[in-house]
Amino acid sequence: MNRDSNIYTILYASVMVVLVAVVLAFTSQSLKSFQKENEENDKRQQILRSINVQVSANEAKAKFGELIEDSFLVDEQGAKVEGDAFAADVVKAFEKHTYPVFVARVDGQVKYIMALSGAGLWGALWGYISVNDDRNTIYGADFSHAGETPGLGAEIVLPTFSGRFAGKRIFIENEFKSVAIVKPGKSAAGQDYVDGISGGTITSQGVDKMIFDSLHGYVRFLTSQNQ
Amino acid sequence: MGLSNKSKEILAGPLSKNNPVIIQMLGICSALAVTSKLEPSIVMAVSVTAVVAFANVIISLLRNTIPNRIRIIVQLVVVAALVTIVSEVLKAFAFDVNKQLSVFVGLIITNCILMGRLEAFALGNGPWESFLDGLGNGLGYGIILVIIGFFRELLGSGTLLGFQVIPEVFYQWGYVNNGLMILPPMALIVVAVIIWVHRARNKDLQEN
Repeated sequence: MNRDSNIYTILYASVMVVLVAVVLAFTSQSLKSFQKENEENDKRQQILRSINVQVSANEAKAKFGELIEDSFLVDEQGAKVEGDAFAADVVKAFEKHTYPVFVARVDGQVKYIMALSGAGLWGALWGYISVNDDRNTIYGADFSHAGETPGLGAEIVLPTFSGRFAGKRIFIENEFKSVAIVKPGKSAAGQDYVDGISGGTITSQGVDKMIFDSLHGYVRFLTSQNQ
Repeated sequence: MGLSNKSKEILAGPLSKNNPVIIQMLGICSALAVTSKLEPSIVMAVSVTAVVAFANVIISLLRNTIPNRIRIIVQLVVVAALVTIVSEVLKAFAFDVNKQLSVFVGLIITNCILMGRLEAFALGNGPWESFLDGLGNGLGYGIILVIIGFFRELLGSGTLLGFQVIPEVFYQWGYVNNGLMILPPMALIVVAVIIWVHRARNKDLQEN
């Protein structure tokens, strides 16, 4: 057969593509359960980090079961709605105006963990932020990113950054203010603030906006039981 | 099983005298990006070795059937499929390392060593030689990555594979980790030092 004919080339390409597709589909299917397990443990680690608990992936499931007492979705009015908070995709849940909440008990104290979702310079940002039982003072936070610049924006994952949030207040005099992220050395009037990442301005602004937008949906949940 | 002299040459050449990184200057990009710690360097080395060896075998087996006009596309599809498989396997069994390597697993596809070996060697040689060639080049790339990763992690973080190796007492005496080692430019400088040492030992490689 003539290897340079059009028909041969087209047939060759078609057969090759179908074969590769079958092989890849098979690989993907057979590894799926392992990957799902890994992703879930990763998510558990992130949630645990937001209440300042560092565990390895293997211990994540046990520790999560031990510390997290309850999890549910709330709507914008702060009322519980149907759904699994852990399995919910945060981006999709936010689109439907439902918000995942995890209730943890650390040393006898109740902490409320809320999900965050936003965008940085290159891609998605997400994270978890926990508040004390006054539903105002931040207890801990954890941030993750899809592809921020290593050494600059990517520094948001480090505890040196997320640790700055502890003790900051979301509400000032019962008004929702969120926590601002400012250029190091600057300040924000009328609200609590933390220093951003030097050289990671867009990512820092992304985190600032993410916290504001995400927590905005939780406002009624956070205030409803304060009165 | 003994290897013939030619096979030995194919396998061992890329480890030193014909090294893809320090002689041919290929694959520098990933050598910079993933070598700030030893563990991702090793995983990257193994991944690239597996991909280049098997891609070489597959292309070599197909070499008499591939239509000449789409041979680069065929090579790319084979490489992309293998890289996807490697990436899926890492996601299932080495999740943390996969997160550290992030996009660079996918970018193995664009590693010039791969296309170079497929185009220059596998298209004209049998599967066994191609396998050895892929293995040799993968290891030649990998050994450099591991050397760079070793020095960057040791001097930059004081650890190896995450274990503390520089004793605590050194820090009390005033030793500090060199943060610059973690940053990409130091990878280039370490590569340059390796090239320097290598050429100093092999006079025949020195250009006039």
